[in-house]
Amino acid sequence: MNKYLLLALATLAFRADAVEFSQVQADKSTLSFGYTQMGVPSDGKFGKFSAAIAFDPAKPAAASAQLEIDLASIDTGSKEGNDEVAGKQWFDVKRFPSAKFVSSSVKPLGGNRFEVAGQLTLKGKTRAVSAPFTIKQQGTVAVFDGSFTLKRLDYAIGEGPWADVGTVANEVQIAFHVVAGAVPAKK
Amino acid sequence: MPAANRYTATAIALHWLAALLILGAFPLGLYAHELALSPLKLKLLSYHKWLGVTILLLTVARLAWRAMHRPPPMAGSISPWQRRAAHGLHHLLYLVLLAIPLSGWLMSSAKGFPVVYLGLLQLPDLVAKNAGLADIFKEIHEALNAGLLALVGLHVAAALKHHFIDRDDTLYRMSPFGKEIQP
Repeated sequence: MNKYLLLALATLAFRADAVEFSQVQADKSTLSFGYTQMGVPSDGKFGKFSAAIAFDPAKPAAASAQLEIDLASIDTGSKEGNDEVAGKQWFDVKRFPSAKFVSSSVKPLGGNRFEVAGQLTLKGKTRAVSAPFTIKQQGTVAVFDGSFTLKRLDYAIGEGPWADVGTVANEVQIAFHVVAGAVPAKK
Repeated sequence: MPAANRYTATAIALHWLAALLILGAFPLGLYAHELALSPLKLKLLSYHKWLGVTILLLTVARLAWRAMHRPPPMAGSISPWQRRAAHGLHHLLYLVLLAIPLSGWLMSSAKGFPVVYLGLLQLPDLVAKNAGLADIFKEIHEALNAGLLALVGLHVAAALKHHFIDRDDTLYRMSPFGKEIQP
């Protein structure tokens, strides 16, 4: 092995170490959800959320993520639906305007796959959740794509008559797509 | 009365099954539409759609059966214009029984909610989600149903008129009870 190759490898290693993806591009990131009602697949999204992440591909275990979701920004696909889920039986956005996710750990699953675990607080209830995700690096930008399933009744989302999971399913699939730019890693 | 002067047992069964399903789907749609968003509304709207898809399939089956089986002749006392009116009315009824479920399916697709028949079989979306289009299909669905109400009214009135005033065998031809009307 000649010294030029060594130098090139060192440079590559240095470059991989030297970036941390933490500049979230809110306009390119999305947070969506899917569920079924009467067996009918339906979906929606949250229009407003803020994310603070720090992900160094060389040190995934040190990565962290925090998400704060403006629940009033929900789009269920119809105005009638949006008005309904803002109400007391659903998100009760007057008392609980936002949901929060705080990561506790990130572990590699091999290749570009990872799993983030953390606490999700929704409607005053905090539960542990974990989500596998992939990362695609394109130059100085990384795209994080992941999803997980939560049970809405764990958070009392849909109370009273809406607690009937035979109409609106208990399982809700959450999908996140976060685009973040790189900055030089903190040492 | 010879058997030839009645519709086939299959045609009679399908006709009254269609009547029953329409009698369920029509008020169900009207009522569910008025409800505020609730699990009950979601349930009733789904049942309404299932009934609608069933009526669509049933109408196709009835048309196929009709194409393969000649209906019994009309009473000889019925005038030519009444025969033409009866044929016209029957054609229109078949037309709206196809068009109403289709317009409902189109509306559901345009609203972004696929139709899942009996909660099991997802039908393909006929159009992409489009709120403006959904409003148009809603108007069409309502107008067609107003038309259906008028056509069924005429259909029933004509059947009763033939039975009680003309005292001919028109209603008997489609009656599920083989009761004979003696002139």
